[in-house]
Amino acid sequence: MPVVLEQLGKRFGDGAPVLEDVNATIGSGEFVALLGASGCGKSTLLNIMAGLEAPTSGALEVPSDGAAFMFQDAALFPWLTARENIELALKLRGVGKAERRAKAHELLELVHLGEAGDKRPHELSGGMRQRVALARALSQDRQLLLMDEPFAALDAITRDLLHDELERIWKETGRTIVFVTHNVREAVRLGQRVLLLSSRPGRVVQEWAVTEEHRTDAGLAGQLTGVITARLREEIRRHAK
Amino acid sequence: MPSNTTPLAEASAEPAEPRHIHAALTRTSTGHEDLRELEAGLDSLQSDSARKHRIDWSRVLLPVAALVVLVLVWQFYVTLGVKRRDLVPGPLDVLGQLGVLWGDAKLQEALWTSLQRGIVGFLISVAIATPVGLLLAQVAPLRRAFGPLISGLQVLPSVAWVPAAIIWFGLTDATVYFVVFMGAIPSIINGLISGVDQIPPQYRRVGTVLGANRLQMAIQIILPAALPGYLGGLKQGWAFSWRSLMAAEIIAVGGTIGFGLGSLLDQGRVLSDMTIVMAAILLILGVGILIELLVFAPIEKRLLRSRGLLAGSTR
Repeated sequence: MPVVLEQLGKRFGDGAPVLEDVNATIGSGEFVALLGASGCGKSTLLNIMAGLEAPTSGALEVPSDGAAFMFQDAALFPWLTARENIELALKLRGVGKAERRAKAHELLELVHLGEAGDKRPHELSGGMRQRVALARALSQDRQLLLMDEPFAALDAITRDLLHDELERIWKETGRTIVFVTHNVREAVRLGQRVLLLSSRPGRVVQEWAVTEEHRTDAGLAGQLTGVITARLREEIRRHAK
Repeated sequence: MPSNTTPLAEASAEPAEPRHIHAALTRTSTGHEDLRELEAGLDSLQSDSARKHRIDWSRVLLPVAALVVLVLVWQFYVTLGVKRRDLVPGPLDVLGQLGVLWGDAKLQEALWTSLQRGIVGFLISVAIATPVGLLLAQVAPLRRAFGPLISGLQVLPSVAWVPAAIIWFGLTDATVYFVVFMGAIPSIINGLISGVDQIPPQYRRVGTVLGANRLQMAIQIILPAALPGYLGGLKQGWAFSWRSLMAAEIIAVGGTIGFGLGSLLDQGRVLSDMTIVMAAILLILGVGILIELLVFAPIEKRLLRSRGLLAGSTR
């Protein structure tokens, strides 16, 4: 199991706990969607898994080489071209110069951006930037890929396409992906498993399996989306008083 | 690893009716090639085609026109005869004096001496200020300790160092360079620090996630990210070195100090010759404008354009 979370808790200073008693196991090669309303500590949980923050209680097990990370905004370096952005990631990983160029080209081809390698981030559309960011995350060559609402800021047409794209790349590369989102449809569209995180404190309250039938049968997928949405709303309603 | 390798194309063979309702819930493309084509179409719809850059003559003609108007106003004022001609010489008198100075080879000597000192002093300042600035920006205790002092030094007019420098170093080049350093170094350091402060925090997080160590972070990420602010600091640093140099040359005359533009200006004052004074002022101004136009403006423009920061600016 690449990721095991046991009774994980996190609080900032003396404030109320952001995460409390989070338990989850994520298998190798699995695609897990982490769903929750705003402010439920999804991003905090992801940061903990990435090693950017430390938990205040509980234990976690992550791959020893760490995790690749993809942010909501592409966060490409504007002074480098798309290719150079990927090459920098490879360089920081210690890949030799000759190999960097070939590998960067290969990764750009993987995200269907072989032609756009010499463009600067500001010359690319939002969707293209996210694909470069995905290629950069993949260049880290880590088994675990953490994604923090990476498509939230994109238009609907682009997002639909990137869902297909991400699914294809996941199948091609066999990564373990933890995908954080507040969009139920997105969670059902992408995840093999959807984990619902409650808000304040964040805790895994329920999980659903998404089968291959859900991917091809819109009726089934719609049904599941309805069920999960109802449960999510119930969770939000608890905070009404 | 997902073992299910059902061709994506099968999705389209499913009963078509519910697909219309929840298109986004299931796969939207019908296969690998379809996906590639869709993406290529969207990419070309969403990104601009490269625009060509032509020479914009208004950039050249407008400043020249402004200059002509100013000179005409100056000439007009002189023709009115409000002040004595030896106190307020006209543009033609100053031009004539420039010709005389050129003939005596004094102009070339002064220009060369000052320019050489200014550039050497500036380059040494850059070499000292860059690592110091990067260190201060990256190490919090150092910054807290020395930050106020550096800011203070930037406010202190570097002319204030001239008397001290003359006492320490005598009338030598060392005096001139010392004053230039005291002017330029703090302002370059401050420019670099404020450039680093304006880096989006996201860049550092990306650096951490990508596994950059402290040195790699500073050189591969912090320095290039801070480049626009750093360039602003360099511009200001040049302005401060040029000003400090002129101040030092005007005050410290004689000894082994060569003959620069500041010395020329001081000579005009001693001789009570306003045409020499005006000629020297115009030369000092001219050097400042030329360095900005030929060195800093092209670098800045290239930098901003490559980062997509030029759109909508009045530059």
